[in-house]
Amino acid sequence: MTPQRPAIEVTGVAKSYGDQPVLRGIDLTLPAGTVYALLGPNGAGKTTMVRILSTLLPADGGHARVAGFDVSKEPDGVRRSIGVTGQFSAIDELLTGRENLRLMADLAHLPRREAAARVEELLDRFGLTEAADRRSATYSGGMKRRLDLAMTLVSRPRLIFLDEPTTGLDPRSRRDLWKIVRELLGDGVTVFLTTQYLEEADQLAHTVGLLDGGRLVAEGTPAELKTRAGGETLDDVFLALTGHPATPADDSEADGSEADGSEADDNAADDAAEMETTR
Amino acid sequence: MTTMTYAARDSATMLRRNLRHMVRYPSLTLMLVGQPVLFLLLFVYVFGGTLGAGLPGGTGRADYLTYVSPAILIITVASVAMSVAIYVAKDATEGIIDRFRTMSIAKSSVLTGHVVAALVQTALAVAVVLAVALLLGYRADATTAGWFGAIGILALLALALTWLCVALGLAAGSVETASNTPMFLMILPFISSAFVPTESMSTGLAWVAENQPFTPVIDTLRACLEGRDPGSDLWWAIGWCVLITVLSYAWARRLFARVRAV
Repeated sequence: MTPQRPAIEVTGVAKSYGDQPVLRGIDLTLPAGTVYALLGPNGAGKTTMVRILSTLLPADGGHARVAGFDVSKEPDGVRRSIGVTGQFSAIDELLTGRENLRLMADLAHLPRREAAARVEELLDRFGLTEAADRRSATYSGGMKRRLDLAMTLVSRPRLIFLDEPTTGLDPRSRRDLWKIVRELLGDGVTVFLTTQYLEEADQLAHTVGLLDGGRLVAEGTPAELKTRAGGETLDDVFLALTGHPATPADDSEADGSEADGSEADDNAADDAAEMETTR
Repeated sequence: MTTMTYAARDSATMLRRNLRHMVRYPSLTLMLVGQPVLFLLLFVYVFGGTLGAGLPGGTGRADYLTYVSPAILIITVASVAMSVAIYVAKDATEGIIDRFRTMSIAKSSVLTGHVVAALVQTALAVAVVLAVALLLGYRADATTAGWFGAIGILALLALALTWLCVALGLAAGSVETASNTPMFLMILPFISSAFVPTESMSTGLAWVAENQPFTPVIDTLRACLEGRDPGSDLWWAIGWCVLITVLSYAWARRLFARVRAV
């Protein structure tokens, strides 16, 4: 393999909304073919970081190169290289699953035959073949998220951003998604994800960055961070390095907690048990 | 060249998507056509006898049908345009515009797709409403040039109101708001020469009616369909439509760059 430049290189990126600083100078480097998890509570600036790196939002200061392109000067180069699955499902609910994927294939300018093949392949891979001709508004939360991710992958991006990919999902859908992320990694795709869930970072990431109050307060492999903080879990790490627990006491973005409560009550117990054993 | 090709191709893809929406959301599509038809029936059969007798030189219902049919066509254009605000707001709040903005596609295609789809729908709706008017006994005296003029002015108005509603849809922040803010487009024609001559209104209101954009547009359309020369109304109508289009387009572009899912 030829030596690759980092998939993401960020120096001193800062962003404020009015006089409210959200990011106060972020530096990070993400080697190609790895998973980076940006971990932090609500309001830490995770989504802002993803929006800056995916060209949706201009930074106030600093530099960011994504897939070798400067996000502010060469946004189209960045867009050609990335796929983004945002925190809110970005599917067209009036279209069927198949039509949603076909829309992405057409916008990726795939030739007709290749587009059709790619759509079927993704429907199959994401377990959506049976529901393919149903309007996506009728899909469950987990199916919507899978469709959303499948749409992101249509153009075979080498770098994907997942902004809180499992927030609001029941435990089974969450594990399905983790499996998909691992498969992507096997294909050599680079993944930048944000999460509020410590287990998620622990499960998936090569490198974890702890974002707190707009600063990257710690960075390293999950194991390194645990050693550094002298704790067993990333929870301990977060507490040791920031002085407060990672999981926010009151969840202002009710999205996640609400869906967890309604959909996943009966699964929660055995899921928690499984997480303990996998760790 | 490739940029232009991609822009055309992406716009065509978006157009297909938006046309599909209209088929998938039939209640909205039916309402867009049903509302003007209802207005036509209401104004001809309920108010038409009295209003027709009050027209200069008018005798009754038949005269009012001739007077109000062009106005109902204008209402149809406004009605379809209003639906665009809903579709655009739906896109913006569901986060799919964010997805499009992170893709390497012609940026203009997202909004162009909405606008072209709306124009297609306007053409269909206007045809249906005109057919109903003809069934009721409406007859236009237009020359060939008059018909072209009528289609032209309706198209210009549709373009202006559609872009305005695209901007209103992006500015709304929610689908509910987007279905309310363009309501003034349904109210304004009532304070114009659309339903009654402006001279019959109270002085202050008559001044407003004579100087608002809908009046020269409706007067131009009426002149075209009656085989008369619209005179200076034509230039006022074109001027208003172009002005609204340009301002709304600029506003929509600005809003599009800043939109985010909530």
